[in-house]
Amino acid sequence: MNLEPVIGLEVHVELKTESKMFSPAPAHFGAEPNTNTNEIDWGYPGVLPVVNKRAIEFGMKAALALNCTIANDSKFDRKNYFYPDTPKAYQISQFDQPLGYDGWIDIEVNGETKRIRIERVHLEEDAGKNMHGDNGSSYVDLNRQGTPLIEIVSEADMRSPEEAYAYLSTIRQLIQFTGVSDVKMQEGSMRCDANISLRPFGQEAFGTKTELKNLNSINNVRKGLEYEINRQEKLLIAGGALAQETRRYDETTGETILMRVKEGSSDYRYFPEPDIPNLKISEEWIQSVRESLPEMPKDRQVRYVKEYKIPEYDAQVLTASVEMSNFFQETVDHKADPKQASNWLMGEVSAYLNSEQVDLLDTAMTPKALAEMINLIADGTISSKIAKKVFRELVTNGSDDVKALVKEKGWVQLSDTSTLMPIINETLDNNAQSIEDYKNGKDRALGFLVGQVMKQTKGQANPGMVNKLLKEEMDKR
Amino acid sequence: MTIKEELVVHVAKLAKLEFEDEEIHGFTEEFNNILDMVERLTGLDTEGIPGTYHGLIQENVWREDVSEKGTDRDELMKNVINHKDGFIEVPAMFDDGESGA
Repeated sequence: MNLEPVIGLEVHVELKTESKMFSPAPAHFGAEPNTNTNEIDWGYPGVLPVVNKRAIEFGMKAALALNCTIANDSKFDRKNYFYPDTPKAYQISQFDQPLGYDGWIDIEVNGETKRIRIERVHLEEDAGKNMHGDNGSSYVDLNRQGTPLIEIVSEADMRSPEEAYAYLSTIRQLIQFTGVSDVKMQEGSMRCDANISLRPFGQEAFGTKTELKNLNSINNVRKGLEYEINRQEKLLIAGGALAQETRRYDETTGETILMRVKEGSSDYRYFPEPDIPNLKISEEWIQSVRESLPEMPKDRQVRYVKEYKIPEYDAQVLTASVEMSNFFQETVDHKADPKQASNWLMGEVSAYLNSEQVDLLDTAMTPKALAEMINLIADGTISSKIAKKVFRELVTNGSDDVKALVKEKGWVQLSDTSTLMPIINETLDNNAQSIEDYKNGKDRALGFLVGQVMKQTKGQANPGMVNKLLKEEMDKR
Repeated sequence: MTIKEELVVHVAKLAKLEFEDEEIHGFTEEFNNILDMVERLTGLDTEGIPGTYHGLIQENVWREDVSEKGTDRDELMKNVINHKDGFIEVPAMFDDGESGA
């Protein structure tokens, strides 16, 4: 039996608002447990949840970035279930009138573009956090309770773990560009559940699906799906039947473990949230949100290639994150050569960020400083070798004036004949054998002499200049 | 549509409620009476009348995104049976719930 995986993903993204979805309590990370909460979050009797307007706007931004249609009429519903991290015993969500619907994104796998449809993007509130103790108790922190979330539900359009990986990476990139969320899976501001089933190739009807949870990185989504495809395949080939169930991915073993047999949607007994009046979203509002969207990665790529004449590959790498893309833009705006700016960001800068495990904006280097450094290399003030030292200084300590910095540090390249000549003569005087070798056609001798001069000047001499002066002087001797 | 006793038992279970058989009979009958009454409404001519999706006629009631300090934790904890180190203590939950689902 030849089986084809069918994958759909549900992605939750926390919106970066100041206050919560339905209460004015702060929606921030890292506070002492249960200090960023109030009576609304705790679901006290008689409280009235009121919608955070910015959360709707952020949700619209995200939905528009995912090419969704925004509903003119939308509303909230109660999803009922018991769990200690949800003190109301229901989550305010959206059931049959989601904020956005019928979207799509294009993903690239193995050089091929595929369109993945997005069924819906809806708004809801996050739950609190449970910590499991080892003494028969769990401990609840409601700080996260009520944080605005969007849920992005794809159609079951993906056919491999690689496509799921590409889909998630693209969702993360697009949302990140809109600025409405940090979209960091390791911090939980982006979370993913996966629905996966198998069916014989050519069959239209879907097989029985499993829902995978606890996929806490994009890589684990891929790994969890790979494991699950394998598990289901073995079962089906052996003639077994799958149960519709929820399984959790265990990072340490790479396996999926049964959590529970899945409840049906009707078990949540959704009904319209009576405390919150309907939303009427005007075309004018949608239009103004659309206009407030920043230039998206695909558009930037096209423009970089056209306007800055950099390779398409560079443009893709530079637009992988909004920080990198903005940094590149500002560096170029500060009059750096675009290709050089791209080389530095993709090379030395990325290597540094990787080795130090820091984000671009956490370093001390500004786009202006990078641009100044690139221009100092271009005009010969510093050598590309010294530039690496300058770069280290820029990322660790920063600088408002790179030209002044290299002067102060004594890193200015020696290109001046009157300064270089005495050193060149001294080097030649001490290496008579090398002059002879050079005259006998041994090119390596010249390289050796250049090296000696560089050593004498602690790497500050302009190598091209040294080369030229050495040749001229040896021809005279 | 008719409500069967199994459905009443199921909904009671979802709501974490327990009833005697006799009560289940009673609820089933009451639910069916309610459905019968709703059924009578379908006899009305609603041609051209838009559907009602919400009990409130207001629209777009919202607040600006301004945060206010959370309520004093000690005050909130007065309504908690057990708490420890600022956390609410509850019987262990092994399921991950629907956290953000």
